[in-house]
Amino acid sequence: MAQLLRSGCSGRVLCSGAVGAARSMSTAWWRHVEPAAKDPILGVTEAFLADPSPNKVNVGVGAYRDDNGKPVVLECVREAERRIAGNLNMEYLPMGGSVNMVEETLKLAYGENSDLLKDKRIAAVQALSGTGACRLFADFQKRFSPDSQIYIPVPTWANHHNIWRDAHVPQRTFHYYHPQSRGLDFASMMDDIKNAPNGSFFLLHACAHNPTGVDPSEEQWREISHQFKVKGHFAFFDMAYQGFASGDPERDAKSIRIFLEDGHLIGCAQSYAKNMGLYGQRVGCLSVVCEDEKQAVAVKSQLQQLARPMYSNPPVHGALIVSTILGDPDLKKLWLKEVKGMADRIIGMRTALRENLEKLGSPLSWEHVTKQIGMFCYSGMTPEQVDRLTKEYHIYMTRNGRISMAGVTTGNVGYLANAIHEVTKSG
Amino acid sequence: MHGGGNTSPSFSSFSSSSSSAADRRLNALVRHLEGSSLNGSRSIAASPTSGSHGAPNSVFDHLVRAPEDPILGVTVAYNKDPSPVKLNLGVGAYRTEEGKPLVLNVVRRAEQMLVNDSSRVKEYLPIVGLSDFNKLSAKLILGADSPAIQENRVSTVQCLSGTGSLRVGAEFLARHYHQHTIYIPQPTWGNHPKVFGLAGLSVKTYRYYDPATRGLNFQGLLEDLGSAPSGAIVLLHACAHNPTGVDPTIHQWEQIRQLIRSKALLPFFDSAYQGFASGNLDADAESVRMFAKDGGECLVAQSYAKNMGLYGERVGALSIVCRSADVASRVESQLKLVIRPMYSNPPIHGASIVATILKDRSMYQEWTIELKAMAERIISMRQQLFDALRSRGTPGDWSHIIKQIGMFTFTGLNSKQVAFMTKEYHIYMTSDGRISMAGLSSRTVPHLADAIHAAVTRVA
Repeated sequence: MAQLLRSGCSGRVLCSGAVGAARSMSTAWWRHVEPAAKDPILGVTEAFLADPSPNKVNVGVGAYRDDNGKPVVLECVREAERRIAGNLNMEYLPMGGSVNMVEETLKLAYGENSDLLKDKRIAAVQALSGTGACRLFADFQKRFSPDSQIYIPVPTWANHHNIWRDAHVPQRTFHYYHPQSRGLDFASMMDDIKNAPNGSFFLLHACAHNPTGVDPSEEQWREISHQFKVKGHFAFFDMAYQGFASGDPERDAKSIRIFLEDGHLIGCAQSYAKNMGLYGQRVGCLSVVCEDEKQAVAVKSQLQQLARPMYSNPPVHGALIVSTILGDPDLKKLWLKEVKGMADRIIGMRTALRENLEKLGSPLSWEHVTKQIGMFCYSGMTPEQVDRLTKEYHIYMTRNGRISMAGVTTGNVGYLANAIHEVTKSG
Repeated sequence: MHGGGNTSPSFSSFSSSSSSAADRRLNALVRHLEGSSLNGSRSIAASPTSGSHGAPNSVFDHLVRAPEDPILGVTVAYNKDPSPVKLNLGVGAYRTEEGKPLVLNVVRRAEQMLVNDSSRVKEYLPIVGLSDFNKLSAKLILGADSPAIQENRVSTVQCLSGTGSLRVGAEFLARHYHQHTIYIPQPTWGNHPKVFGLAGLSVKTYRYYDPATRGLNFQGLLEDLGSAPSGAIVLLHACAHNPTGVDPTIHQWEQIRQLIRSKALLPFFDSAYQGFASGNLDADAESVRMFAKDGGECLVAQSYAKNMGLYGERVGALSIVCRSADVASRVESQLKLVIRPMYSNPPIHGASIVATILKDRSMYQEWTIELKAMAERIISMRQQLFDALRSRGTPGDWSHIIKQIGMFTFTGLNSKQVAFMTKEYHIYMTSDGRISMAGLSSRTVPHLADAIHAAVTRVA
C-alpha cells in the first residue's frame, strides 16, 4: 500500500489500486446512499433539453415564454437593474429581509389601504420565493403548533408535500379536483372542511391553482371562508400567481380579501418568480396576520429565528429589483401592463388550443381548457397518453397531464393540438 | 385554539365593511351555533383578551418575542446610538479606512457585464445551482490540480452563503450518515449550534480556545477529539477561526488530520475567510487540501460573503469529497432532495458574479489583489491597536492581537468590561469580547485603545 502511494498515481491501475486499498481500510460513508428519484417537474426540462428533435415542445415547467417560445425579462425589471447596478453596497439584509420590499409586497396581497397594514398587525419577512415562504411557515407551524397537521388539496404542486414533510408536519388531504368535470369538487371539499377537527390548518391556493387551473368562484370562496370561521380553521394561502391569473392583481387576491373581510387571521406565501419574471432571484414573502402589533412583532422575531439557521438573511438583489419597481409609480405602471400582457397571451393560447382541438373533431370536451385559469391546464390526459406525446411527438410535460400554457405559442399550438388529438381520440 | 377546541372564536369582527353580507353570514352562523354542539362557550361578543379590533384568537397567541440575535443585535443597538464617536465592531463585515462598506471593483465590473448582457435571463437555476460556479468553487478551495476533482469524486452544490451550505450539509448528514453527533469547537460562531440542531444533529463541543494563553488549547483539542465516538462529525474552521482568530499551525493541522483519520471521524470544514486571513487563497485553503488529498472523505462549506464582499447576495457552495465518482453522483442526487423543499433552487445573481470573475484570468488576478489589500489593511489594524495599547502601558499581554488571524480578535475582555466600553465609549461589540478588526481605521484605533485601557484598569 505504501509502495503504491509513494510511486504516485501515475497510471490508472495504480490509482484504482490505491483507492481500492484505501477503501478497504475504512468505511465508505455513502456507499448505501441510493440515487434519488428525479424531480418530476424539473426532470421534464432536463429531458427536453436532451432531445435533439427540431419539433420538440416544452410545456413542462411553469416558466413564462413569449410567443416565440423565449424566456422573458420584463422591461421594468431591466430598467430596475440598470438603476441598481453600481449599488453602494451589498451588505447583509436584516434577517427579515428588505423592509421596503416587504411593505410593498404586503400592499399587493392585503390591499394598499388595508387596516391590517396601518395597524401593523402583519408579521412578515422576505423569503426565498414561494418555496422558501412555505417552508418557513411549515417550520414555524411545527415549532409553535406542534400538534397540528396540514390539509393539502388533491392534487397540488408536488413540492408542497416535500416541504411540510421535511418540516415534520403530518399531512392530510382534502378533495379539490373533480376529474369527471375537470372542475372543482366543491361538495366533497366542503365536507372535508366540515369533518376536519376544529382549528385545522389548511393550505389553499389563492388563485390559479397549480396544477389544475381550477379555482373556486367568488361565491364558493365566501362559503369556504364562512365554514372556516365556523370550524376555527387556519387558512394558509400560497399565492404564486397574483396578476398572472386574470391579469389584474387586485382581482387575483379576491380569495384572500374575502377571508380578511371575515376576520380570519391568515398566513400567506407570495412569490415574484412568475409575475415579475424573477424566477432565479428567489424573491418572495411570508406573512402571518396577528391579533395586534405586539403579537406581530413577536411572530416576526420567531420567523427570523427560523431563517437565521437556514440561510441567515435573504438575498438582496431580487428584493432591490422588486422595491425599485413597486416604489416608482411609473415602473409599477409598466409592471402592471407587462403582467397583463403575459396573462392575456396565456388566455389567448387557451382559446387557440381549445379551438384547434374542436376543429380537429375531438370527441372529448375541451371546455376546461378555457375555464381553467393561470399558467396551467389540467388536460385530463393519462400518464400513458403523456408518455406517447413525449415519445411520438417530442412534447414534454409532467405525467399528471399538466400543460404549462406559458409554453404554448401561435407557432406550436397547432402541432400540440394535433398531437393531443391523436393520443386522446380513441377515448 | 386548534388543539383542545375549547375556546370560542370571537366573531365580533363581522361588524366590518360589507354589512348585509356580513349580517347574513352572522345570522347563519348564530343559527348554526345554536343548533350545534360545537363547544361549551357560546359567546359571540369580543373576548376580553382579543385584539383591539375584536379579532379572533390567534393560534399563535402563546408566542413570546424571541431575543435579538446576539451578533446582529449589536448593529441594531449601534444604529440607535446618537453619539458621534460611536464605533461598530460587531458584525464581521469589511469596512474601508473611511469606515464604509466596500464593493470590490472587480465585482462592480462583473455586475456591469451581466447587466449589459441582454441575452441573460432570470430563469430558475437547476436545484444544484450554477454549474460553472460549482466547478470553479470546488477548484478554488480544493486546488485546481486536486485529484479528487480530477477523479470526479467531488459533489458541489451552490447554497446560500456559508450558513446555507452548512445547513444543507447538516440535513444531508442527518438523513444519510450513521452518526448524528457533531463536535464543534469551543467557542464557535453563535449560529453554528442552531444550524446543526435544527438540521437534526446533536451538538457536542471540543476544547479549542485557551483563555490563559489566548491561543489554541491543542492538548484539550486532541483529547476531546480522541475520545469522540468513531465516525462522529467534526466541525473545523478552515482558517481565521471565528470568533477567536486562533488557528492551528500547519504542523498541528497534520496531527489533527492523523487523529481524525485514525478515529474515522468525519471532517466538516467551514471556510468563510479563504484569502481573507493571510491574503493568500492557497495558504488559507491548506488545511482543507490536506484532508482532501489524503484520499478520505470530507465536507466543505464555502462562503463568498467576505472574500468577494458579496454579503447580501448569499453566495456559497457545499462540496462533499467522496471515495468514488459513483458515490459523488448519488450524493448529489440526494442533496437535491434536501434543497428542493427548502427553497427549490439557489439565487442566480451572486453566483453569476462569482463565476464571471473566477473564470476570467485578468478578473481573477484583479480579485486576488483587492483581496490581499483587504487582508493587509486588517493586519495593519492589528499592529496599530497592539502598538497603541503598548504605548498606553495598558496592563496585560496584548500580543494575541497580532498573533490571531482574520477578521476578529478575541480580546479577552469580559462582558462587564464590554458593557462598560459600550456605555462610556460607545464601542459596540459582542459581549464575548470579540471585535471585528474590519470595523477599525487608523483614525479610530486611538479611541478603541483608550476604551480598552479604561475598561482593563477600571472594571474587574
